[in-house]
Amino acid sequence: MPDAHPQAPPGPEHRYDLAALLIPANLRRLGLIGVLVLAIAALFAWTGGWLSSGRLDQTAMINRFEEVNGKHPGFRRNHAKGVCFSGWFDSNGAGVRLSKASVFRPGRVPIFGRFALAGGMPAMPDGPAAVRSMAVNFSLPDGEVWRTGMNDIPVFVVRDAQEFYDQLLATRPDPNTGKPDPARVAAFLATHPETAHAISVIKEHPFSSGFSNATYNSLDAFRFIDAAGKSTPVRWSMTSVDAFAPESTEPSHDPNALFDALAARLGGGPAQWRLLVTVGQPQDPTNDATIPWPAEREHVDVGTLTVQALQAEAPGNCRDINFDPLVLPSGIEPSDDPLLSARSAAYSVSFTRRAGEPKTPSAVQPGKGS
Amino acid sequence: MQHTFSGLSRVLHWSMAALILAMLFIGVAMVSSLSDYHWLVSIHRPLGVLILLLAAIRIANRLRSPAPPLPQDMPPTLRYAAHGSHWLLYGLMLALPLVGWGMLSAAGYPIVLFGSLHLPPILPHSDSLHALLRPLHTALALALFATFLAHLGAALTHALVFRDGVFQSMASWRR
Repeated sequence: MPDAHPQAPPGPEHRYDLAALLIPANLRRLGLIGVLVLAIAALFAWTGGWLSSGRLDQTAMINRFEEVNGKHPGFRRNHAKGVCFSGWFDSNGAGVRLSKASVFRPGRVPIFGRFALAGGMPAMPDGPAAVRSMAVNFSLPDGEVWRTGMNDIPVFVVRDAQEFYDQLLATRPDPNTGKPDPARVAAFLATHPETAHAISVIKEHPFSSGFSNATYNSLDAFRFIDAAGKSTPVRWSMTSVDAFAPESTEPSHDPNALFDALAARLGGGPAQWRLLVTVGQPQDPTNDATIPWPAEREHVDVGTLTVQALQAEAPGNCRDINFDPLVLPSGIEPSDDPLLSARSAAYSVSFTRRAGEPKTPSAVQPGKGS
Repeated sequence: MQHTFSGLSRVLHWSMAALILAMLFIGVAMVSSLSDYHWLVSIHRPLGVLILLLAAIRIANRLRSPAPPLPQDMPPTLRYAAHGSHWLLYGLMLALPLVGWGMLSAAGYPIVLFGSLHLPPILPHSDSLHALLRPLHTALALALFATFLAHLGAALTHALVFRDGVFQSMASWRR
């Protein structure tokens, strides 16, 4: 090695010379530093999941939606077909004893939201197979926000993200028949008794005939925190004031039959829902959305949601809002339900993807004779 | 001749080193975890605001009480690298929280710190702005991590190979 000072360490006047770096003692030190730096980089990569391919994360979850439904740029990866609404919420003050959230103090707060069909197809026909959803954004006076996404089924069909991921593939429509492969569905249900049970609970009650007379449920449990810090497990429901009528078994030829009926309904005046909070008992499961809580649990009517008008999805309205169920005000906290963090994470990926994509108009255009 | 950074500079450096490194690992963990996402995000937001505040204090402090001079015989390329990487670090520790705050503003999210404490939006609600800022936040974070690795490698080279007092100027425990 062409080293000017093979034995003695280089003096201070030569410490920055390349030759000084190349003496064996310094090469060893530089090697040690390199190993340390690489080890930290590797730890970082491991933390970010780059070293564990096949791990289920939020990116894989949203990719699964695209795999099952195809890519529909600019639209939500789930609940893709929908319409915005605006209105207000009148709190009657009855929720104050359960939660210190300002939304439950007596008074009115503005709301907006979105009615949608579950599923990742933005042009899917309205029909009996589709679960309907209502998402609401409560804009509280002090700048806090509460968002909740609810479905018109009494329980959810899976307990956690992995089951949901597997269920999406198992119930994927066959391209030839347009329906899920019965053998795959049966195989999934055979290994997921909780899903089979949840489906039987869902089938106990008929769906309603429309959006306006449907009841939408939080499915996941949350915790209400009162002014004294007491934590209560809760679920909630938007219960329609419009009288329930069962869904027609006649297939409709209008692919937007449900949305058109909603627009016609609101043309005759606002539609209302009562927000009922179900007060859980310590033995009620909060970490399993497939299990209904006993029917005799106390339901507290905390106020009335009024939906006044519909708006087609457009820049800056509900189209560009992520109805992340963990956007919560002080006084409402997540439960230990694993679906909540998973929904929050996956919605965020869906939101950012569609935000950067070109937009096409929604299939639902109220007021334009859709 | 002053040989070490001021006490305040050293306290800011080492506390922010811990916070920023934790922040980088929290960030990269939360975007790849379904089950830990929520509690990690809940730490990420207030920690980012704390880092933004500390970065502002730190830059003001740096302008007020300059760093001790580098060794006179340090070659110009190393000097440029040292000064350049430090201003890059300062720039990134300011830019990352601001871009994070901006991207949440553009997405129409409430910017919750803890409880009912939240920040106002600093940008209008715009999905195209969010689509620009969200990937920028990731790119800047990776740049900050890379700059941190270079900074750590250089600091240890000063300590173990050059032995020129540069590492001790920040790592000294004397007042």
